[in-house]
Amino acid sequence: MSKLKAGIVGSGNIGTDLMFKLLRSNWIEPVWMVGIDPNSDGLRRAQKKGLQVSSEGLKSALEKGAELDIVFDATSAKAHVRHAKMLLEADIQAIDLTPAARGPYVVAAVNLSEHLAASNVNMVTCGGQATTPMVYAVSRVVGVPYAEIVATIASKSAGPGTRQNIDEFTQTTARALRTIGGAKTSKAIIILNPAEPPILNRDTVYCMVDQTGFDVYERIDKSIRDMVKHVQTFVPGYRLTRDPIFRDNLVSISVEIEGLGDYLPVYAGNLDIMTAAATKVGEEFAKHRAVVKNTM
Amino acid sequence: MKHIRLTDVTLRDGMHAVRHQFSLKDAREITAALDASGVDIIEATHGDGLAGSSIQYGMAKEPEEQYLRTVCETAKNTKVAALLLPGIGTLEELKRAADCGIRVVRVATHSTEADIAEEHISEARKMGLETVGFLMMSHMTALDILVQEAQKMESYGAQCVYVVDSAGAMLMDEVRQKIAALRHSLSKDTEVGFHGHNNLGCSIPNSLGAIEEGAVRIDVSLAGLGAGAGNTPSEAFVAVCTKLGVETGTNLYAVLDAAEDIVRPKMHQPILMDSNSIMLGYAGVYSSFLLHAARASEQFDIDIRDILVELGNMRIVGGQEDVILDVAYRLAHGHNQESHVVV
Repeated sequence: MSKLKAGIVGSGNIGTDLMFKLLRSNWIEPVWMVGIDPNSDGLRRAQKKGLQVSSEGLKSALEKGAELDIVFDATSAKAHVRHAKMLLEADIQAIDLTPAARGPYVVAAVNLSEHLAASNVNMVTCGGQATTPMVYAVSRVVGVPYAEIVATIASKSAGPGTRQNIDEFTQTTARALRTIGGAKTSKAIIILNPAEPPILNRDTVYCMVDQTGFDVYERIDKSIRDMVKHVQTFVPGYRLTRDPIFRDNLVSISVEIEGLGDYLPVYAGNLDIMTAAATKVGEEFAKHRAVVKNTM
Repeated sequence: MKHIRLTDVTLRDGMHAVRHQFSLKDAREITAALDASGVDIIEATHGDGLAGSSIQYGMAKEPEEQYLRTVCETAKNTKVAALLLPGIGTLEELKRAADCGIRVVRVATHSTEADIAEEHISEARKMGLETVGFLMMSHMTALDILVQEAQKMESYGAQCVYVVDSAGAMLMDEVRQKIAALRHSLSKDTEVGFHGHNNLGCSIPNSLGAIEEGAVRIDVSLAGLGAGAGNTPSEAFVAVCTKLGVETGTNLYAVLDAAEDIVRPKMHQPILMDSNSIMLGYAGVYSSFLLHAARASEQFDIDIRDILVELGNMRIVGGQEDVILDVAYRLAHGHNQESHVVV
């Protein structure tokens, strides 16, 4: 089985970091990087790694006959709305790293195999990839009437896209806590911290639970630690900053993410978990296609 | 004679000091007293602004819309403002607040992050709201950067930009320099304001220095009710301004009575410069951390001063209340203990 041929749209920080992760993949081969700025560092690096590059956008790359099985979109929500249409027409599966949310949400650690054949899936937000697994870890043990997360990221790891659409971050993340995390109601908060040297990305997750008692706490605690280990299989720098704290009907969990430092610096764990999750989802798509092909 | 305008924050910053527990009745009584006093603007919301009610910052007693509606309906002469921190509140809550009758919004960011407020400031202007930019924790930010951030807020449409001493850490020279720098670099149609905290006892002198350097809007609070050692107390500030010949449009006896008869009886604890609130100013820590740190200190039996100094060293910014528990926990347990905690 040959690897799936992938295109990366968006030659910024996320797209470039994603390229380095895909270059290591056993299932996916990045063959195109498409940007809009011919002088971008991302396109230069892609060329050096032997990818075909275009600085004239996705449309022109497709017209030039780019043969792709899958496209990762790391541009902006606005651009993805256009790209989604083009990709659907070209019958190319899309993994959307923008907040456009054309397709169903996928949180790699939780519902990875739910939408294997979807034409378009959305990767929620970095905060969503990091915190939804923790809410899910609690809600698979007890009911969670309310979940709240606080994502704190280094100012330097918040690009212009995040900054201009900060409401989208909180609203989309909060929605994922309900639809995928299993909380009944939810809230998300994001804080930017400009400290130098930059702080590691950290996320605090609060869950109200509908059962209490030492046995319940034990089971929740174990579920949380199992989930942390699971996330670590594709984001090795994902870890608890302290033990979960239980107080009456409230569980408080705190995680930090140290990135792999492929292209982005290690403090930008928020971006690293996004590119790692997208890679994981892409590989799952590839495996699914291989199975479908072999059984036909 | 100099004219300035007062914005009263008793029903917003004051919420921190009562753990966001003001009732609709409290809101009605305080608003009525303020409305009769002549202050220009009454700010009311959860202490952390629209949608601030949370586990992270504390749940408000009353639903946000009812609280705002009550204040807006009670204020006959005075404009009502809401605070909005992008990252916590969204445009959706702002629109609802506008439906409740607010006429002013103050959009607050950490003093290096103005660009996360672009959408909120420009949309607020389109909604016809008087729009103020609020640069929190200004003491942490160098003069040239603070000026750039103020200019960003102005370029998005802010009609006034505030230097906000959230930690009560600024002394008079710094306030003067920062206010003067904003005054000189912003267009003359854009007003400059100052929001003080009294953690080091400097809220009144800082506010006076700000006025001398061109600030025309000053935040005050009845009996100083606010986070940490509180805000600039309205009644003392109006008295001082009257003596200096600075016109505030506010009646001294009215704010004296409101502070004494209405606000003081509602306090959970006196607003004062005690060991803890002084440490906030000294370590440069966000004033609303005070009660959270006190709770964590009790929970983990750690000296609150150690917690505050560590938070200052970590350069934690406003909104990061979750780190308080982590710091207390770390000081109490050390790293890597492999058992969960029930408290």
